[in-house]
Amino acid sequence: MYAALWRALPGPVWLRVLIVLVLLAGILWALAYVVFPWAADVLLPQDVTVEE
Amino acid sequence: MPEQPPPRPRAPRRLSVVGVLGELLITVGVLVLLFIGWYVWLNDIIVGGEQTQAAVELQQQWAEQSRGERGEDAPPPPPVYEGQSPDAAPVRAEPGGVNDALATLIVPRFGADYARTIGQGIDVRDVLNSRRTGVGHYPGTQMPGELGNFAIAAHRNANGAPFGRLVDLRVGDHVYVETADGWYEYTFRGLEYVAPTQVDVIAPVPRDAGADPAERILTMTTCNPLFSTAERAVAYSVMTAWYPREGGMPAELSELGQGEA
Repeated sequence: MYAALWRALPGPVWLRVLIVLVLLAGILWALAYVVFPWAADVLLPQDVTVEE
Repeated sequence: MPEQPPPRPRAPRRLSVVGVLGELLITVGVLVLLFIGWYVWLNDIIVGGEQTQAAVELQQQWAEQSRGERGEDAPPPPPVYEGQSPDAAPVRAEPGGVNDALATLIVPRFGADYARTIGQGIDVRDVLNSRRTGVGHYPGTQMPGELGNFAIAAHRNANGAPFGRLVDLRVGDHVYVETADGWYEYTFRGLEYVAPTQVDVIAPVPRDAGADPAERILTMTTCNPLFSTAERAVAYSVMTAWYPREGGMPAELSELGQGEA
């Protein structure tokens, strides 16, 4: 799968590496700021208050 | 002449089901590890930093206001070692809106630059998960400086973990609540571990609902044990001094570098 994606990228190797790094940075940003906060909100306990 | 070995066949370009499945599983594993790292470490740095920044901005805004009232050229009041009697402390009205900032919280034990904003309400999404506040005031409990119980809650892990070190408090540690009026100094007295339904910990006299309050209590609640919600850790403090803003910042805070831009 990843090998096929690599072959699908255009340009010489240095350009492909650059594209991969930019994509990775974008994915990591989206994970840290969007996906993970949502997942933590849905999956993990959050209660810190006392209530009846 | 030795025979040339046959050329290695090129890897098939076709995607194999097992290959794709394997790569997907590895990807999921990496994502789970990243999530754990984010949850226990990176998230607190990101969100905690934003919450601290928001609190410092609020404190600077109050300092500016006070400077404007005293006159621009007036020198800042020197730090004060002895506060006034808690009886002299003004009491602000409880804000009406959810997550309205009512004070900031400064706890030297949690770090020299620790500062968070206390918002109105204890809604998880609106207040406790907020990147601006993170500490919530139990609606209907007393306000800072008021006879009774000023009760607040915050996360112990994730979402900035404002109370991540709550159980590290030691008897005698000071917990400061700052408003536009000045600094309310509370002194930590003790911890208690209770069931999540033990609502009388936020009564005007903790654990004695209905009694008439004679002291000004600060109650901080968070989850216990760490990463669990089975119990609540509760920290009680008693108000011991009042520092009006025009009189100057408590010396303990100015020595820590609090209030500097």
